[in-house]
Amino acid sequence: MRRFLHVTRGVAWRSIHNTVVNPAILVPSIVFPLFFLVAFAGGLSRIAEVPNFHYRPGYTSFQFVFVFLQSAAFGGVFTGFAVARDFDSGFARRLLLSAPHRGGIIAGYVLGALLRWAITGAVVTLAAAIAGMHVYGDGAELVALLGLGVLMNLVAALWACGLAMFLRTEQAGAVIQMPVFVLLFLAPVYVPLSLLTGWIHDVARYNPVTAVLQAARGLLAGSPTELALAFGLLAAGALIFGAFARRGLASAERAG
Amino acid sequence: MVVDLAHEPQTVRPPASGVSLTEQTLAVAKRAIVRTSRQRALLVFPMIFPLILFAINGSALSAATKIPGFPTQNYRDFLIAVPFVQGAMFVSITAGVDLARDIESGFLNRLALTPLRGEALLIGQLGGALVLGTLQAIVYMLVGLASGVSFASGLGGALVLLLLANVIAFAFASLGGLLALRFGTGEAVQGIFPLLFVTLFLSSSSLPLDLIKATWFRDIAACNPVSYLLGGLRSLVISGWDGQALALAFGFALAILVLALGFSQAAMKTRLARR
Repeated sequence: MRRFLHVTRGVAWRSIHNTVVNPAILVPSIVFPLFFLVAFAGGLSRIAEVPNFHYRPGYTSFQFVFVFLQSAAFGGVFTGFAVARDFDSGFARRLLLSAPHRGGIIAGYVLGALLRWAITGAVVTLAAAIAGMHVYGDGAELVALLGLGVLMNLVAALWACGLAMFLRTEQAGAVIQMPVFVLLFLAPVYVPLSLLTGWIHDVARYNPVTAVLQAARGLLAGSPTELALAFGLLAAGALIFGAFARRGLASAERAG
Repeated sequence: MVVDLAHEPQTVRPPASGVSLTEQTLAVAKRAIVRTSRQRALLVFPMIFPLILFAINGSALSAATKIPGFPTQNYRDFLIAVPFVQGAMFVSITAGVDLARDIESGFLNRLALTPLRGEALLIGQLGGALVLGTLQAIVYMLVGLASGVSFASGLGGALVLLLLANVIAFAFASLGGLLALRFGTGEAVQGIFPLLFVTLFLSSSSLPLDLIKATWFRDIAACNPVSYLLGGLRSLVISGWDGQALALAFGFALAILVLALGFSQAAMKTRLARR
């Protein structure tokens, strides 16, 4: 266990250190969610005037929740890019040789993803607060909202790390991020599920991200809904992609 | 005289009998087109990504048509302009990265030793991107038509839209070329891409200017040339022949093109002299 924690701490520290000292990595991960927030909450605010759009905290809060969860997911995805880069540069192979407990490598990258998102999530929340976001949830509900973000980050990081370890090249970037991006945007991003029509409504209804998004919006509005389903789906996702990441590591070990 | 640059290592034959600027440009363009067509990942991703967003946002934002004053009943009619501009932005990266690779690999240095003129090299290098832009525009138009988009300006409007889309793609490709010449690395060109995307976000890409509620956002969008590029493309679909919208769109696209090519020409001279 000590060796596991040792490796975890080392990999996580390196991951967050590389992020913080390298503006080319840090800036896009902060700027992108901010621009989504600006574009959606600012540019689309009139959408709240569509008949039957009811969200008590307002459109900025409605969009903040999406961007908050999106930044969590992309915090994980960007960590997958780092794993791929480590394989391209040869660092990951040296790490595999030297780590006394290889399970700690995945845990370290995942912890690094969480720390990376802590920065982005804080900036996005601050920006939304400055933009006039209304919060009706109480302390416990906001902690639960944070919990959803943490789990979202975990699931995305495990997916991204697993795939990066299977593919072991930076060119895997598009393959890592595209499914996450599409899944996020196939949820009710701009209007509530009830206002979606056509195929997007059918897809969004069965999209697991929808339940998480609706639960998170409910928490911010102080009217929790679908909480058990959202946490259950994310926990299941963490288990599935945890196993996927473990297999990815095994694949990398076999490749040498 | 035929100058074939399609296969590296290339040699540019000396102009014994004098090779015209057009011939030089076409030779470099041929190489650029062959190279672009060989990079299937470069062809597919920039084409698919705007279509995915078009499919998703075309449905997800359809409720916006219920906002009083929205110019059309079909949100896809409004949104179809976005893939053309977004695709052009991807083209700019393709053009920039290809040129940057030639700079990094030393190919540009070798060309500098030949009688090839800078203008031919610059315009020719963008040839691959232009072909890619044309291909993309045709695909976007066909997908738009298949998804129920109708042209208020008819067949003639569709052809003008293709022309405008090509001018926009060439303008953005020139911008990519300029970045490559200024910075000299593909990484730097790719690093600029988010900024290009930001200009799309901060425009009238999702709602018409007069329906944007946040004043500060509307002001930014009103000062953003991308809003007018979108406006010109959109006018042909929604309102028919709108001379002002078309003049603004062609005007801004040509202004970007002329400025980018002008600065690129200067940067090319500097780079060829520096190396």
